[in-house]
Amino acid sequence: MKKEILISGFGGQGVLSMGKILAYAALMEGKEVSWMPAYGPEQRGGTANVTVIVSDTPISSPILSTYDSAIILNQPSLEKFESKIKPGGTLIYDGYGINTPPTRTDINIYRIDAMDAAAEMNLIKTFNMIVLGGLLKVHPIVSIESVLTALRKTLPKRHHKLIPQNEEAIKMGMGIIKEAK
Amino acid sequence: MAEQEITLMKGNEAIAHAAIRCGCDGYFGYPITPQSEVLETLAEQKPWETTGMVVVQAESELAAINMVYGGAASGKRVFTSSSSPGVSLMQEGISYIAACELPALIVNVMRGGPGLGTIQPSQADYFQATKGGGHGDYHLIVLAPASVQEMADFVDLAYTLAFKYRNPAMIMADGAIGQMMEKVVLPPFKPRRTDEEVEAECPWATTGRRNKRKPNFISSLELQSEEMEIINLRLQAKYAEIEKNEVRYEKYMCEDADYLIVAFGSAARIAKKVIEIAREQGIKVGLLRPITLWPFPTAIVKELSKQVKGILSLEINAGQMIEDIRLAVEGCVPVEHFGRLGGIIPDPDEVLDALKEKLIK
Repeated sequence: MKKEILISGFGGQGVLSMGKILAYAALMEGKEVSWMPAYGPEQRGGTANVTVIVSDTPISSPILSTYDSAIILNQPSLEKFESKIKPGGTLIYDGYGINTPPTRTDINIYRIDAMDAAAEMNLIKTFNMIVLGGLLKVHPIVSIESVLTALRKTLPKRHHKLIPQNEEAIKMGMGIIKEAK
Repeated sequence: MAEQEITLMKGNEAIAHAAIRCGCDGYFGYPITPQSEVLETLAEQKPWETTGMVVVQAESELAAINMVYGGAASGKRVFTSSSSPGVSLMQEGISYIAACELPALIVNVMRGGPGLGTIQPSQADYFQATKGGGHGDYHLIVLAPASVQEMADFVDLAYTLAFKYRNPAMIMADGAIGQMMEKVVLPPFKPRRTDEEVEAECPWATTGRRNKRKPNFISSLELQSEEMEIINLRLQAKYAEIEKNEVRYEKYMCEDADYLIVAFGSAARIAKKVIEIAREQGIKVGLLRPITLWPFPTAIVKELSKQVKGILSLEINAGQMIEDIRLAVEGCVPVEHFGRLGGIIPDPDEVLDALKEKLIK
């Protein structure tokens, strides 16, 4: 098994930390992982993205030309990365950030209205976990238990009280993701 | 055992953790992207409260390298880290440290240049690291990690080599290796040496005149040309010894290769992906990854050149290591270069296209 995943959105949406938690959860399950951020000035307001690779075998390049799955959280990211998803691959996008929806017909496209859901629940900060839940529904790369372990390992102790909310968010994401059109 | 735990961290963080664990005595540095996590991690870990390791944010790169100079002169395991423009500022100090034959570690997490450049990854400091950088006839031992695990492992290796040869060593990484997270097993804890152990290992060091021993004097100044030539000849003999003993490289899928990519650091990781794709298309490509950039693995490049139809030097620069490859193969096979500049990382597809265009045609 090898999954090459891109997560891209605005800086501040939790793109990098979503990738980190996914990578850490995969590590907990004994997988090989790499987490390669675009660490440029785009983190401060523009687009931020991260490439996460989860594999049963050693990972060659952490930097890729094409991806199995892309999670797209704003319009500039869609324009940049829609063409870089492998045929037969997966695109997940949040409807809130996208004015012009994706047009490819050779990939599987899913929509998750995570921003609306997070706002409704008054849990804006769990936005990225809702999206992660959506990804895990479509591709069960890691178990929810591993994600919760990863949260416990990566969050400072003072934030551990928020873990149940994150779990709720992941489950909500699994519920609300749907095939586009 | 807790210290054997597999963990996920950035290359820069791995450097800091490995330094604490391998008995490092002191770090002196100045922040610069993309290597600031080295100093940040050390500050977070507070090793001065546990191992007694000193961590100083110096007022500048010049101050930092000269603190390293002083620490190294007293036989301590000291290091600094910076990124390209910062390492340029350190070159005078590095030349002095090399001239005085002091063991020290310098970490360069390269970014795009020249000048202040960009903050994204680059390998454009190959010439600076392997051909001098500072003034005079000297060499650094240059190690090029290609994974977060090697970032951790090369700290102790660099110190071992630096103390064995009394010579500064450099870990030459780039922004990609520094910023990416991978799984890593940190080295086991090794205590810092006691003062007695430092004196025993480094009888040349300025450790204080216990038992009224003859004073040690460390300086790079020698006004008599005849004496300076003798010093230079001694350095050259040492460099020849290092070239003989310390070449390190990784060969990957070379057995049946018709074409060879030579690449180091993150470029070597990209090369492995290129090889996966190329072999799916029936093109037999192998990789030679120099682990020591100096001493350069000349003999193995020469040997492989007899087997392949062409060599691609894949570097994230405009073509620097290609000169060493061409010297090694002595014109017996075409050697071409591909790279991206200014902080752009080449993607595997464009590398394969370049390999086909330049070598297979």
